[in-house]
Amino acid sequence: MEQHPQEHHHHFPHPEMGASEPTHTPFRIVSPKTYLLIGGCLLVLTAATTAISYVELGVFNAVVAIAIACIKASLVVLFFMHIKYSSKLTKLTVASGIFTFLVLITMTMTDYASRAWGRW
Amino acid sequence: MDSHAIAAQTAEPAQLEHEHPAFLRHHFENVAQQREAATFGMWLFLLTEIMFFGGLFCAYLIFRNWYYPAFVAGSHTLHIWAGTLNTTLLIISSFTMAMAVHAAEVRHRTPLLRWMIITIVLGCGFLCVKAYEWHDEWVNHHVPGLNFSIREFTHTNPAYPADKPLAPDMAEKTQIYYSLYFVMTGMHALHMIIGVGLLTILLIRARAGAFTNGHIAPVENFGLYWHFVDIVWIFLFPLLYLISRHQ
Repeated sequence: MEQHPQEHHHHFPHPEMGASEPTHTPFRIVSPKTYLLIGGCLLVLTAATTAISYVELGVFNAVVAIAIACIKASLVVLFFMHIKYSSKLTKLTVASGIFTFLVLITMTMTDYASRAWGRW
Repeated sequence: MDSHAIAAQTAEPAQLEHEHPAFLRHHFENVAQQREAATFGMWLFLLTEIMFFGGLFCAYLIFRNWYYPAFVAGSHTLHIWAGTLNTTLLIISSFTMAMAVHAAEVRHRTPLLRWMIITIVLGCGFLCVKAYEWHDEWVNHHVPGLNFSIREFTHTNPAYPADKPLAPDMAEKTQIYYSLYFVMTGMHALHMIIGVGLLTILLIRARAGAFTNGHIAPVENFGLYWHFVDIVWIFLFPLLYLISRHQ
Protein backbone atom coordinates (compact mmCIF):
# COMPACT_ATOMS: atom_id res chain seq x y z
CA MET A 1 0.00 0.00 0.00
CA GLU A 2 1.68 3.21 -1.18
CA GLN A 3 1.64 5.98 1.38
CA HIS A 4 2.91 9.51 0.98
CA PRO A 5 5.81 10.35 3.28
CA GLN A 6 4.33 13.76 4.17
CA GLU A 7 1.10 12.26 5.43
CA HIS A 8 0.80 11.59 9.14
CA HIS A 9 -0.83 8.34 10.05
CA HIS A 10 -3.07 7.82 13.01
CA HIS A 11 -3.52 4.15 13.69
CA PHE A 12 -6.26 2.71 15.81
CA PRO A 13 -4.72 1.65 19.09
CA HIS A 14 -6.86 -1.45 19.62
CA PRO A 15 -5.53 -4.61 17.98
CA GLU A 16 -9.02 -5.66 16.82
CA MET A 17 -9.38 -2.38 14.88
CA GLY A 18 -6.75 -3.16 12.28
CA ALA A 19 -7.03 -3.16 8.50
CA SER A 20 -9.71 -5.87 8.62
CA GLU A 21 -12.03 -3.60 10.63
CA PRO A 22 -14.96 -2.68 8.32
CA THR A 23 -14.85 1.00 9.30
CA HIS A 24 -11.13 1.35 8.81
CA THR A 25 -8.82 1.10 5.84
CA PRO A 26 -5.22 2.30 5.50
CA PHE A 27 -5.22 5.88 4.21
CA ARG A 28 -4.18 5.88 0.59
CA ILE A 29 -3.39 8.83 -1.66
CA VAL A 30 -4.43 8.20 -5.28
CA SER A 31 -1.71 9.35 -7.67
CA PRO A 32 -2.28 12.18 -10.21
CA LYS A 33 -1.36 9.66 -12.93
CA THR A 34 -4.42 7.59 -12.05
CA TYR A 35 -6.64 10.70 -12.12
CA LEU A 36 -5.23 11.71 -15.52
CA LEU A 37 -5.80 8.22 -16.93
CA ILE A 38 -9.40 8.09 -15.64
CA GLY A 39 -10.10 11.65 -16.88
CA GLY A 40 -8.77 10.65 -20.32
CA CYS A 41 -10.96 7.53 -20.38
CA LEU A 42 -14.02 9.63 -19.47
CA LEU A 43 -13.33 12.08 -22.32
CA VAL A 44 -12.83 9.24 -24.82
CA LEU A 45 -16.12 7.64 -23.68
CA THR A 46 -17.89 11.00 -24.05
CA ALA A 47 -16.61 11.33 -27.62
CA ALA A 48 -17.63 7.71 -28.28
CA THR A 49 -21.17 8.08 -26.98
CA THR A 50 -21.73 11.27 -29.01
CA ALA A 51 -20.29 9.66 -32.16
CA ILE A 52 -22.35 6.48 -31.72
CA SER A 53 -25.53 8.55 -31.34
CA TYR A 54 -25.10 9.56 -35.00
CA VAL A 55 -25.18 5.90 -36.07
CA GLU A 56 -28.59 4.31 -36.63
CA LEU A 57 -28.84 1.36 -34.22
CA GLY A 58 -32.56 1.28 -33.54
CA VAL A 59 -33.33 0.34 -29.94
CA PHE A 60 -29.62 -0.20 -29.28
CA ASN A 61 -28.90 3.54 -29.50
CA ALA A 62 -30.46 3.90 -26.03
CA VAL A 63 -28.87 0.67 -24.71
CA VAL A 64 -25.35 1.67 -25.81
CA ALA A 65 -25.73 5.27 -24.54
CA ILE A 66 -26.93 4.13 -21.09
CA ALA A 67 -24.25 1.41 -20.92
CA ILE A 68 -21.50 3.98 -21.66
CA ALA A 69 -23.01 6.32 -19.03
CA CYS A 70 -22.90 3.46 -16.47
CA ILE A 71 -19.23 2.77 -17.29
CA LYS A 72 -18.40 6.49 -16.92
CA ALA A 73 -20.28 6.74 -13.61
CA SER A 74 -18.47 3.64 -12.30
CA LEU A 75 -15.07 5.14 -13.16
CA VAL A 76 -15.98 8.37 -11.35
CA VAL A 77 -17.26 6.51 -8.25
CA LEU A 78 -14.35 4.05 -8.06
CA PHE A 79 -11.44 6.42 -8.68
CA PHE A 80 -12.43 10.11 -8.38
CA MET A 81 -14.62 9.30 -5.34
CA HIS A 82 -12.03 6.81 -3.97
CA ILE A 83 -14.50 3.95 -3.45
CA LYS A 84 -11.94 1.45 -4.78
CA TYR A 85 -9.71 2.46 -1.85
CA SER A 86 -12.43 2.93 0.80
CA SER A 87 -13.43 0.94 3.87
CA LYS A 88 -15.97 -1.87 3.69
CA LEU A 89 -18.52 0.35 5.46
CA THR A 90 -18.28 3.03 2.76
CA LYS A 91 -18.38 0.45 -0.05
CA LEU A 92 -21.48 -1.12 1.47
CA THR A 93 -23.12 2.31 1.83
CA VAL A 94 -22.59 3.09 -1.86
CA ALA A 95 -23.76 -0.37 -2.92
CA SER A 96 -26.95 -0.06 -0.85
CA GLY A 97 -27.65 3.33 -2.46
CA ILE A 98 -27.32 1.91 -5.98
CA PHE A 99 -29.42 -1.11 -5.01
CA THR A 100 -32.23 1.07 -3.63
CA PHE A 101 -32.13 3.22 -6.77
CA LEU A 102 -32.45 0.07 -8.94
CA VAL A 103 -35.43 -1.06 -6.83
CA LEU A 104 -37.05 2.35 -7.42
CA ILE A 105 -36.57 2.10 -11.20
CA THR A 106 -37.37 -1.59 -11.76
CA MET A 107 -40.38 -1.85 -9.44
CA THR A 108 -41.95 1.31 -10.87
CA MET A 109 -41.23 0.40 -14.49
CA THR A 110 -42.52 -3.16 -13.93
CA ASP A 111 -45.77 -1.76 -12.59
CA TYR A 112 -46.20 0.75 -15.40
CA ALA A 113 -45.25 -1.74 -18.11
CA SER A 114 -47.55 -4.54 -16.93
CA ARG A 115 -50.78 -2.67 -16.22
CA ALA A 116 -53.74 -3.09 -18.57
CA TRP A 117 -53.85 0.59 -19.42
CA GLY A 118 -57.35 1.82 -20.31
CA ARG A 119 -58.92 -1.59 -19.66
CA TRP A 120 -60.31 -1.24 -16.17
CA MET B 1 -9.15 4.91 25.50
CA ASP B 2 -7.40 7.08 28.08
CA SER B 3 -5.73 10.41 27.39
CA HIS B 4 -2.24 8.90 27.38
CA ALA B 5 -3.18 6.67 24.48
CA ILE B 6 -4.49 9.72 22.57
CA ALA B 7 -1.30 11.62 23.28
CA ALA B 8 0.85 8.68 22.26
CA GLN B 9 -0.66 8.23 18.83
CA THR B 10 -0.94 11.85 17.66
CA ALA B 11 1.78 13.11 15.39
CA GLU B 12 0.84 16.81 15.55
CA PRO B 13 2.64 19.26 17.85
CA ALA B 14 0.92 20.00 21.16
CA GLN B 15 -1.42 22.96 21.15
CA LEU B 16 -1.73 24.45 24.65
CA GLU B 17 -3.07 21.67 26.88
CA HIS B 18 -4.64 19.78 23.93
CA GLU B 19 -2.22 17.14 22.70
CA HIS B 20 -3.90 16.52 19.36
CA PRO B 21 -4.59 18.55 16.17
CA ALA B 22 -6.99 21.45 16.73
CA PHE B 23 -9.35 20.07 14.07
CA LEU B 24 -9.81 16.72 15.86
CA ARG B 25 -13.16 16.82 17.68
CA HIS B 26 -13.18 15.40 21.18
CA HIS B 27 -15.82 12.77 20.51
CA PHE B 28 -13.53 11.02 18.00
CA GLU B 29 -10.65 8.83 19.09
CA ASN B 30 -8.33 9.93 16.31
CA VAL B 31 -8.15 11.68 12.93
CA ALA B 32 -8.67 8.48 10.93
CA GLN B 33 -11.93 7.75 12.77
CA GLN B 34 -13.14 11.35 12.32
CA ARG B 35 -12.35 11.16 8.60
CA GLU B 36 -14.19 7.84 8.20
CA ALA B 37 -17.25 9.24 10.00
CA ALA B 38 -17.26 12.33 7.75
CA THR B 39 -17.02 10.19 4.60
CA PHE B 40 -19.84 7.93 5.83
CA GLY B 41 -22.07 10.92 6.60
CA MET B 42 -21.37 12.52 3.22
CA TRP B 43 -22.29 9.31 1.41
CA LEU B 44 -25.55 9.04 3.37
CA PHE B 45 -26.39 12.55 2.11
CA LEU B 46 -25.46 11.53 -1.44
CA LEU B 47 -27.82 8.51 -1.17
CA THR B 48 -30.72 10.91 -0.54
CA GLU B 49 -29.56 12.83 -3.61
CA ILE B 50 -29.54 9.62 -5.68
CA MET B 51 -33.16 8.97 -4.69
CA PHE B 52 -34.10 12.61 -5.43
CA PHE B 53 -32.70 12.58 -8.97
CA GLY B 54 -33.77 8.93 -9.30
CA GLY B 55 -37.41 9.99 -8.98
CA LEU B 56 -36.93 12.49 -11.80
CA PHE B 57 -35.22 9.90 -14.01
CA CYS B 58 -38.08 7.49 -13.30
CA ALA B 59 -40.70 10.09 -14.29
CA TYR B 60 -38.74 10.81 -17.47
CA LEU B 61 -38.63 7.12 -18.47
CA ILE B 62 -42.37 6.62 -17.84
CA PHE B 63 -43.47 9.71 -19.78
CA ARG B 64 -41.01 8.95 -22.59
CA ASN B 65 -42.72 5.57 -23.03
CA TRP B 66 -46.18 7.13 -22.94
CA TYR B 67 -45.61 10.09 -25.26
CA TYR B 68 -42.73 8.71 -27.28
CA PRO B 69 -43.17 10.82 -30.49
CA ALA B 70 -43.41 14.03 -28.43
CA PHE B 71 -40.23 13.18 -26.50
CA VAL B 72 -38.36 12.37 -29.72
CA ALA B 73 -39.49 15.65 -31.32
CA GLY B 74 -38.56 17.60 -28.17
CA SER B 75 -35.12 15.98 -27.99
CA HIS B 76 -34.49 16.88 -31.65
CA THR B 77 -34.64 20.59 -30.78
CA LEU B 78 -31.68 20.40 -28.35
CA HIS B 79 -28.14 21.30 -29.48
CA ILE B 80 -26.07 18.14 -29.33
CA TRP B 81 -22.85 20.21 -29.48
CA ALA B 82 -23.86 22.12 -26.35
CA GLY B 83 -24.57 18.89 -24.44
CA THR B 84 -21.25 17.38 -25.54
CA LEU B 85 -19.34 20.56 -24.67
CA ASN B 86 -20.96 20.67 -21.22
CA THR B 87 -20.21 17.00 -20.57
CA THR B 88 -16.58 17.67 -21.48
CA LEU B 89 -16.39 20.73 -19.21
CA LEU B 90 -17.86 18.80 -16.27
CA ILE B 91 -15.56 15.80 -16.72
CA ILE B 92 -12.49 18.05 -16.84
CA SER B 93 -13.77 19.87 -13.73
CA SER B 94 -14.14 16.52 -11.94
CA PHE B 95 -10.51 15.77 -12.83
CA THR B 96 -9.34 19.18 -11.54
CA MET B 97 -11.37 18.68 -8.33
CA ALA B 98 -9.74 15.28 -7.82
CA MET B 99 -6.37 17.02 -8.25
CA ALA B 100 -7.41 19.63 -5.66
CA VAL B 101 -8.15 16.84 -3.16
CA HIS B 102 -4.75 15.34 -3.98
CA ALA B 103 -3.05 18.71 -3.37
CA ALA B 104 -4.75 18.91 0.05
CA GLU B 105 -3.67 15.34 0.86
CA VAL B 106 -0.01 16.10 0.14
CA ARG B 107 -0.35 19.54 1.83
CA HIS B 108 0.63 21.73 -1.14
CA ARG B 109 -1.21 25.03 -0.83
CA THR B 110 -0.43 26.66 -4.21
CA PRO B 111 -1.57 23.68 -6.33
CA LEU B 112 -4.64 23.35 -4.09
CA LEU B 113 -5.64 26.98 -4.80
CA ARG B 114 -4.87 26.58 -8.52
CA TRP B 115 -6.95 23.42 -8.98
CA MET B 116 -9.83 24.93 -7.00
CA ILE B 117 -9.85 28.06 -9.20
CA ILE B 118 -9.78 25.99 -12.42
CA THR B 119 -12.70 23.90 -11.07
CA ILE B 120 -14.72 27.07 -10.32
CA VAL B 121 -13.99 28.47 -13.81
CA LEU B 122 -15.06 25.19 -15.49
CA GLY B 123 -18.23 25.06 -13.37
CA CYS B 124 -19.09 28.63 -14.40
CA GLY B 125 -18.36 27.69 -18.04
CA PHE B 126 -20.89 24.86 -17.77
CA LEU B 127 -23.50 27.25 -16.37
CA CYS B 128 -22.84 29.75 -19.20
CA VAL B 129 -23.44 27.09 -21.88
CA LYS B 130 -26.59 25.98 -20.02
CA ALA B 131 -27.80 29.60 -19.84
CA TYR B 132 -27.22 29.94 -23.59
CA GLU B 133 -29.33 26.83 -24.20
CA TRP B 134 -32.15 28.01 -21.93
CA HIS B 135 -32.15 31.38 -23.68
CA ASP B 136 -32.35 29.61 -27.02
CA GLU B 137 -35.32 27.57 -25.77
CA TRP B 138 -37.03 30.74 -24.56
CA VAL B 139 -36.55 32.42 -27.95
CA ASN B 140 -37.99 29.35 -29.70
CA HIS B 141 -41.13 29.23 -27.45
CA HIS B 142 -40.11 25.95 -25.77
CA VAL B 143 -40.77 26.98 -22.15
CA PRO B 144 -44.02 25.37 -20.86
CA GLY B 145 -46.30 27.68 -18.91
CA LEU B 146 -44.35 30.83 -19.72
CA ASN B 147 -43.55 30.94 -23.41
CA PHE B 148 -44.71 27.89 -25.34
CA SER B 149 -45.99 27.19 -28.83
CA ILE B 150 -46.65 23.84 -30.51
CA ARG B 151 -46.13 25.44 -33.95
CA GLU B 152 -42.66 23.98 -34.44
CA PHE B 153 -43.91 20.45 -33.75
CA THR B 154 -46.94 20.53 -36.04
CA HIS B 155 -44.55 21.38 -38.90
CA THR B 156 -41.50 19.52 -40.18
CA ASN B 157 -38.27 20.28 -38.31
CA PRO B 158 -35.74 21.43 -40.97
CA ALA B 159 -32.94 19.66 -39.06
CA TYR B 160 -34.90 16.39 -39.23
CA PRO B 161 -36.72 16.53 -42.60
CA ALA B 162 -37.62 12.81 -42.35
CA ASP B 163 -39.69 13.46 -39.18
CA LYS B 164 -43.43 13.58 -39.71
CA PRO B 165 -45.17 16.57 -38.10
CA LEU B 166 -47.00 15.66 -34.88
CA ALA B 167 -50.77 15.75 -34.50
CA PRO B 168 -51.81 18.75 -32.34
CA ASP B 169 -52.66 16.63 -29.26
CA MET B 170 -49.29 14.82 -29.35
CA ALA B 171 -47.53 18.14 -30.08
CA GLU B 172 -49.01 19.46 -26.80
CA LYS B 173 -47.28 16.59 -24.99
CA THR B 174 -43.87 18.03 -25.89
CA GLN B 175 -44.61 20.33 -22.93
CA ILE B 176 -44.11 17.29 -20.66
CA TYR B 177 -40.71 16.68 -22.26
CA TYR B 178 -39.71 20.31 -21.75
CA SER B 179 -41.11 20.41 -18.20
CA LEU B 180 -38.96 17.43 -17.25
CA TYR B 181 -36.03 18.89 -19.20
CA PHE B 182 -36.21 22.18 -17.30
CA VAL B 183 -36.76 20.53 -13.89
CA MET B 184 -33.89 18.08 -14.38
CA THR B 185 -31.37 20.47 -15.91
CA GLY B 186 -32.60 23.20 -13.52
CA MET B 187 -32.10 21.07 -10.39
CA HIS B 188 -28.73 20.01 -11.75
CA ALA B 189 -27.76 23.63 -12.43
CA LEU B 190 -28.92 24.58 -8.90
CA HIS B 191 -26.55 21.94 -7.56
CA MET B 192 -23.79 23.42 -9.75
CA ILE B 193 -24.49 26.95 -8.43
CA ILE B 194 -24.41 25.70 -4.82
CA GLY B 195 -21.21 23.81 -5.66
CA VAL B 196 -19.48 26.86 -7.13
CA GLY B 197 -20.57 28.88 -4.05
CA LEU B 198 -19.26 26.28 -1.59
CA LEU B 199 -16.01 25.90 -3.51
CA THR B 200 -15.50 29.68 -3.41
CA ILE B 201 -15.85 29.60 0.39
CA LEU B 202 -13.38 26.68 0.57
CA LEU B 203 -11.00 28.64 -1.71
CA ILE B 204 -11.07 31.66 0.63
CA ARG B 205 -10.39 29.41 3.63
CA ALA B 206 -7.62 27.57 1.75
CA ARG B 207 -5.97 30.91 0.92
CA ALA B 208 -5.88 31.60 4.66
CA GLY B 209 -4.02 28.33 5.19
CA ALA B 210 -6.79 25.81 5.82
CA PHE B 211 -6.87 22.20 4.46
CA THR B 212 -3.09 21.85 4.05
CA ASN B 213 -2.55 21.02 7.73
CA GLY B 214 -3.87 17.46 7.49
CA HIS B 215 -7.52 18.51 7.90
CA ILE B 216 -8.75 17.59 4.42
CA ALA B 217 -12.31 16.39 5.19
CA PRO B 218 -14.11 19.57 3.92
CA VAL B 219 -12.22 19.50 0.60
CA GLU B 220 -12.60 15.73 0.29
CA ASN B 221 -16.35 15.79 0.99
CA PHE B 222 -16.91 18.72 -1.34
CA GLY B 223 -15.09 16.65 -3.97
CA LEU B 224 -17.61 13.82 -3.41
CA TYR B 225 -20.47 16.30 -3.92
CA TRP B 226 -18.89 17.73 -7.09
CA HIS B 227 -18.30 14.26 -8.58
CA PHE B 228 -21.88 13.29 -7.75
CA VAL B 229 -23.21 16.30 -9.66
CA ASP B 230 -20.96 15.22 -12.55
CA ILE B 231 -22.50 11.71 -12.46
CA VAL B 232 -26.03 13.14 -12.61
CA TRP B 233 -25.06 14.99 -15.79
CA ILE B 234 -23.39 11.84 -17.20
CA PHE B 235 -26.91 10.29 -17.19
CA LEU B 236 -28.86 13.43 -18.15
CA PHE B 237 -26.74 13.90 -21.28
CA PRO B 238 -27.69 10.62 -23.05
CA LEU B 239 -31.30 10.66 -21.80
CA LEU B 240 -32.08 14.21 -22.93
CA TYR B 241 -29.78 14.68 -25.93
CA LEU B 242 -28.64 11.37 -27.42
CA ILE B 243 -31.04 8.43 -27.25
CA SER B 244 -33.75 9.98 -29.46
CA ARG B 245 -31.47 11.13 -32.28
CA HIS B 246 -32.51 8.37 -34.71
CA GLN B 247 -36.03 7.60 -33.55
